[in-house]
Amino acid sequence: MSLASALKTGDVTELPSRRDEDWRWTDLRGLVRVLPESAPKFDGQVAAGPFAGLADGEILFVNGRHVSTNGQGEVMALRFVAATDKTSQGASYALVVEPGASLTLLESHEGRAAGYVTDVALDIAVGEGASLTRIVLVDDDAEAVDVVTARVELGAGATFNQTVLTSGARRQRIETHVAHPGAHAQVRLDGIYLLNAQRHADQTTVVTHDGVDGVTSQLTKGMVADQARGVFQGRIIVQPGADQTDARMGHHALILSDKAEIDAKPELLIFADDVACAHGNTIGALDEEAVFYARQRGIPELEARAMLTEAFVGEVVERIEHDGARELAAAWVAKQLGREE
Amino acid sequence: MLSINNLHARVEDKPILKGVTLEVPAGEVHAIMGPNGAGKSTLSYVLSGRGGYEVTEGTASLNGEDLLSLEPNERAAKGVFLSFQYPLEIPGVPALTFIRTAVNAQRRARGEDEIAAPAFLKLAKEKAASLKIDFEMLKRGLNVGFSGGEKKRMEIFQMAMLSPKFLILDETDSGLDIDALKIVSEGVNALRSPDRGMLVITHYQRLLDYIKPDRVHVLAAGRIVASGGPELALQLEAEGYDKYVGAAA
Ligand SMILES: Nc1ncnc2c1ncn2[C@@H]1O[C@H](COP(=O)(O)OP(=O)(O)OP(=O)(O)O)[C@@H](O)[C@H]1O
Ligand SMILES: [Mg+2]
Repeated sequence: MSLASALKTGDVTELPSRRDEDWRWTDLRGLVRVLPESAPKFDGQVAAGPFAGLADGEILFVNGRHVSTNGQGEVMALRFVAATDKTSQGASYALVVEPGASLTLLESHEGRAAGYVTDVALDIAVGEGASLTRIVLVDDDAEAVDVVTARVELGAGATFNQTVLTSGARRQRIETHVAHPGAHAQVRLDGIYLLNAQRHADQTTVVTHDGVDGVTSQLTKGMVADQARGVFQGRIIVQPGADQTDARMGHHALILSDKAEIDAKPELLIFADDVACAHGNTIGALDEEAVFYARQRGIPELEARAMLTEAFVGEVVERIEHDGARELAAAWVAKQLGREE
Repeated sequence: MLSINNLHARVEDKPILKGVTLEVPAGEVHAIMGPNGAGKSTLSYVLSGRGGYEVTEGTASLNGEDLLSLEPNERAAKGVFLSFQYPLEIPGVPALTFIRTAVNAQRRARGEDEIAAPAFLKLAKEKAASLKIDFEMLKRGLNVGFSGGEKKRMEIFQMAMLSPKFLILDETDSGLDIDALKIVSEGVNALRSPDRGMLVITHYQRLLDYIKPDRVHVLAAGRIVASGGPELALQLEAEGYDKYVGAAA
């Protein structure tokens, strides 16, 4: 059951539904009655992506097709552009970071059309002692259905840092699987979702620690307003023998309206001894005392709320190592909250 | 300047202010003293527009303009500043960012241009120095991890940056050491001017040695039960509130 297989066969019964435990909060089967026709090859010009200027090179997919690869270097943009209204598309891409190498992947999912259905599958191998930072910016149309799945295989001593930034879609799932070999490998797995109107975003992660002495640090923060729905499913599995694992998972969210919803399921499945694992999950409203304090100083209510929300998710932005990406993430948050300077 | 007339307010159906009448003319400093729970902070919150208070009777206006119908930020833009008894911590928002946002919001509300970044920084450096605030502190989350006294100093810093028309100081002296009390008082006195008014809430006469009031009022059980000159504060210090608590009940 997956969107990818439904797109291949054209059979909507292949879509994940509420009956699949891992998809119960992100029901595609109930939403998509008919799959839209498959997207045509796109002949037009594609405008620059959000990370233009930060990357040494660019790998571009449009309407599910690989269009071009330009340049190369330690910072690469990977773009998936949906360019045609009411069509469907699937793409897959495999990436290898050679042992000892270092790569910053600035990945964008750009909805430049309306009401599309898109599936992207990434296969990523990070070699021994190599380092990958993956920044994922998902900018979908309000009526889009978007599933992005990444499977990340880490070598010994590898470092993998990820930050997902999303404003949601009609229905959206960003899923990341990390096979963690332990042995000094380090994972930072973060996300920010800022959702309004009827948008939906699901961040699902599965990290499997297979060896000793691996570190996973996970922090996702989000805000839902209006009738939006945020979903966080985080699972960390510590296999037998993966001793000295250090795994921390935090999910913290703000609900700014009665009709908005957050569904969160943090799970630690620990089958090893001598591990340090912890998770925290909080869902709440903004501190009204702080809102009043800001208003007393002359800041209008909406601006005060936006400022406090920006500060709330700012903790995740601060964890981004790459300067340019961090600044871009901060600007993205400000823009989502209507706080452009 | 500030006119409060027969103000009644309740919290969760519990009447707290029971007919406060008070006039603070421009250029004057009035002190309010009174026992714990008398309603002093409640009065400052009602004047600044905090939620949860229901005004059941009476009026409050600044220079003839009704305050009670305005949003808290609108009151601030009109020049009302409340130095909180317990200043809030705002994690993730550096003090400088917070204050610049406030300064610009007030300017916009008044139809003025926003302050340019260099001018803002220059002013902030100047005011911080005069209040002996380490400039580095202004780059940290506002009030986060600050001591009680540092928070109070930060309130006065914000006040200096916003240069409000009417100042309400709610126990600004509590938590201040002797040197800080002097520095903060100088900061407040620097704002004294013929077109500004101040309401200074305190439990201690000592603050009034530094910030000399024109009038002193006793608030007990939701009403002003006595008013006098600065000598009233000295008398309260000596005698306590016994006779007023009885009178108000
Ligand atoms: N939210 C609330 N719910 C119920 N009662 C409240 C609330 N806020 C204040 N009160 C009550 O209102 C009364 C006045 O409180 P207020 O804080 O105004 O007193 P105060 O004069 O400032 O006292 P202090 O000198 O201790 O600061 C107190 O009895 C207090 O318990
Ligand atoms: Mg009080």
